[in-house]
Amino acid sequence: MSAPEMLRPPQDVPQPVLQVRDLSVLFPARRGGVAVRAVERLSFDIAPGQTLGLVGQSGSGKTTAGRAILQLQKADGGSVRLLGRELTTMRAGELRRMRRHMQFVQQNPYSSLHPRLTIGQVLSEPLQVHRAVPANRMRERVAELLELVNLDPAMMRRYPHEFSGGQRQRVVIARALAVNPDFLVCDEPVSALDVRTQAQIVALLQSLQERLKLSYLFIAHDLAIVREMAHRVAVMFRGRIVEMGTADQVYESPGHPYTRLLLDAVPVPDPALQRERLRRAPPDMRFLEGDGGGCIFGLDHAGAGTAEWHELAEGHGVSCRYWPQKAASAPGHI
Amino acid sequence: MSGAAQETAPAGAPAAAAGRQGSVFTQGRLLLGLGLAMLAAMLVVTILAPLIAPYSPSATSPDSLAPASAGHLLGTDSIGRDVLSRLIVGGRTTLLITVTAVLIALVAGLILGLAAGYLGGLVDEIIMRALDVIFAFPVLLLAIAVVAALGPTVPNLILTIAIVYTPAMARVVRAPVLSVKQWDHVEAARSIGMSEMRLVLRHILPIVVSPILVATSLTLSQTIFTVTALSFLGLGPPPPDPNWGGMLSEARQFMELAPLTVIGPAAAIVFATLTFIIIANGLREVLDVGSVR
Repeated sequence: MSAPEMLRPPQDVPQPVLQVRDLSVLFPARRGGVAVRAVERLSFDIAPGQTLGLVGQSGSGKTTAGRAILQLQKADGGSVRLLGRELTTMRAGELRRMRRHMQFVQQNPYSSLHPRLTIGQVLSEPLQVHRAVPANRMRERVAELLELVNLDPAMMRRYPHEFSGGQRQRVVIARALAVNPDFLVCDEPVSALDVRTQAQIVALLQSLQERLKLSYLFIAHDLAIVREMAHRVAVMFRGRIVEMGTADQVYESPGHPYTRLLLDAVPVPDPALQRERLRRAPPDMRFLEGDGGGCIFGLDHAGAGTAEWHELAEGHGVSCRYWPQKAASAPGHI
Repeated sequence: MSGAAQETAPAGAPAAAAGRQGSVFTQGRLLLGLGLAMLAAMLVVTILAPLIAPYSPSATSPDSLAPASAGHLLGTDSIGRDVLSRLIVGGRTTLLITVTAVLIALVAGLILGLAAGYLGGLVDEIIMRALDVIFAFPVLLLAIAVVAALGPTVPNLILTIAIVYTPAMARVVRAPVLSVKQWDHVEAARSIGMSEMRLVLRHILPIVVSPILVATSLTLSQTIFTVTALSFLGLGPPPPDPNWGGMLSEARQFMELAPLTVIGPAAAIVFATLTFIIIANGLREVLDVGSVR
């Protein structure tokens, strides 16, 4: 399947750090059930030093997409290229070496650290695995990593349970940064934390991105934080990207009805505005049913071999699936 | 045993810390201390057996089936051998078979359980179904069959007991591995890019070690019974070397004439079994097995 041209970010970038094309994940049927298409034909690029925000409700396939990109979940189709190298067909040993370029920041800092290893051991592990630092420089590098995430290097002799959620998440970030990766998947990195700590971690991730020229795939359900973090935003629904564009494009002029629904679900701190919004007619929810139907613009994508994708503006596109029936003629055909 | 318990101390740190706030002598620690003291006593007697035993275990005297006296603290058996000396020396055989067999079962159970639990799928099915076949037989029945086929020597007894208890150990290992392998820190370890071997040994095994320790201790207590039962049935190590089960069997017919010849080995068996049960219960309390962090 050829890569749809309109999915490229509009900036004139040399080469994307990460290139995902038609990535699909299928969870096989349980006894008596049907197979679940957790991720369906995901395609996007992430440029160096940029963040792609991936938003969507629970169960929309965000986390599965992140895990499939990191090859922690077997993909059923499509391609993932990191620094120009295909990951989905890579042999196990080579993939393990490739992992130093892509790292993972998990959601829950209470469970993502080995409870029986000290912070120092946790942080030296990736360095040992990738032989990134000689043994005699290990302590020095661990201390450096702790300072990088604004923690006291004396912490390295203590155990994870002695620290707060925010401190632990800093350790998790430091572990991810230990081997100087180019790309991080941050899977809901702040949703297990309290609001004040959330802001600190977001600020930390931003400053690290600036200093180390990192690229992020930032998965979250909190739209405000994604707007704060992301250069580009992709909205996922039922395993598909239904809208993607720059953060401004998606937030200011959402094209897909599902994106509007998501944005409308965020409470507005102005009571008058919120009351006014609640008085409006509820959106037609029928588009949530079924398999998304055919192309609302009446195109035969399967026959023509094109992507189910329609560009609204430069770098801003929507899927033609999951639209309310009546809206079939809503946005102008492009 | 105590070394292993210490090794997990950092892990049990939250539980231990909670205990420290109250009293140093929590019920679990008292039990564990008592059990380890009993084990130490048993080990000292067993290791130093030839030095401690007042007589040679095979030396006969004309004074057969004698009651307790200053010369023979537990009397003598039917051909005039000192019961206490035979008990002390016989403990060597019984405990050697027990401990060696359980260690082998533990290692085999660890390998099979980790492989089945971690790899899952077809490997899991094959390993667990094969072990189920062994598991389906009553322990003693299977042991009798294997010993009868191989012949009652000490290495064969060890092998038999190891085979009989491997399925249970493998199950105890596999069950927690199944859940721990899905924990976040294991996925984090995988995403770092470490080898599967390092992942299993460093990120899964240390987490599941507590239930394994408890199960090992319980298995030791059961194994004492199995070993003595086999000896009692005449499938133990061949005479004249003494062992507890064999002593019981020989003394049975003179039970009414010289009760001490039966009470002695019976008490030794109970003591050894109780030691391992107490250790298991102590470990269970101290390591907080059965509760998730």
